[in-house]
Amino acid sequence: MVAAAVPPRRLNWQLATVVELIDETERTRSIVLEPSDWPGHRAGQHVDVRLTADDGYQAQRSYSIASAPEDGRLMLTVERIEDGEVSPYLAGELRAGDQLELRGPVGGYFVWSDRGSGPVLLIAGGSGIVPFRSMLRHRAATSSAVPVRVLYSARSLHEMIYRDELMRCAACSGADVRFTLTREWPDTWRGHRGRISPQLLAEISWPTGDRPLNFVCGPSGFVETAAGALVACGHPAARIKTERFGPTG
Amino acid sequence: MEALDGNSIAGSLYELFGREMTAAPGACAHCASRAQIAELRVYGRAPGTVVRCPRCWQVVMVLTDVRGTLRIDYDHFRLLDSGEQPPP
Repeated sequence: MVAAAVPPRRLNWQLATVVELIDETERTRSIVLEPSDWPGHRAGQHVDVRLTADDGYQAQRSYSIASAPEDGRLMLTVERIEDGEVSPYLAGELRAGDQLELRGPVGGYFVWSDRGSGPVLLIAGGSGIVPFRSMLRHRAATSSAVPVRVLYSARSLHEMIYRDELMRCAACSGADVRFTLTREWPDTWRGHRGRISPQLLAEISWPTGDRPLNFVCGPSGFVETAAGALVACGHPAARIKTERFGPTG
Repeated sequence: MEALDGNSIAGSLYELFGREMTAAPGACAHCASRAQIAELRVYGRAPGTVVRCPRCWQVVMVLTDVRGTLRIDYDHFRLLDSGEQPPP
């Protein structure tokens, strides 16, 4: 039998139209886009966005895809970094009907599908929750039976992205979603308080014998702490997938 | 300075190699430790993007964009994927 070679997909820059903008928190905004040519994506992938100034200067950033492959629309969530070159425009000035230059989807490492997956632990710091929204929605859309636990660390309730959706997700799809607040919390707060620690991760991580798959996404220091704590709990490095985002905005 | 990781150069690597590269395994030419490209540490504020080994911190790749032409020097990261074609 002769198998036909599948030509690789070219990764071209394309224009996408902004169809909706959703303010998630004071500093984060979701951008719903309609690309001219979208091949579909995997949960956890990202896109590159490029802005070009009038004088031709270009700045490019990567943003995780917040929507699930099954959602039928492409959504990014962008955190505004005050002195950034790209995020203040995307999270502040962009309007519905505008066009954005993007390419993607890209990324083949920080992706999840339930084929052959053990239980999953998703650990997010700040806007590191974005690719996990895609994974959680994908899990729900495919009625996956893979057990999933989420630990989301945010500074305060006000800075928690997708809070209501995550609560609903915990109630409806059997995901075990836990929160920790690091700077301020209401008196009635029943979640965890303070930064993630080896003790907290030892408490919430799946038993190593279950061969869990661990994903960690957040600022560099957060990722190092979480991944180090998982290794200390006995999880093999090969079962810990990490994605760091930086302060360039 | 805080480092990003190899996930952040997925688009550039796709452009150079013509396929998804972040899950591709390789070995650091300095210390021989193995890593997938996504696990390498990426510093983007230099003139060009500098990619370091997460174990020994030596430079394993450099990406530069000269007048719109993207180039990569990855002499110090030995890709272990079979059939890998270097970029033209």
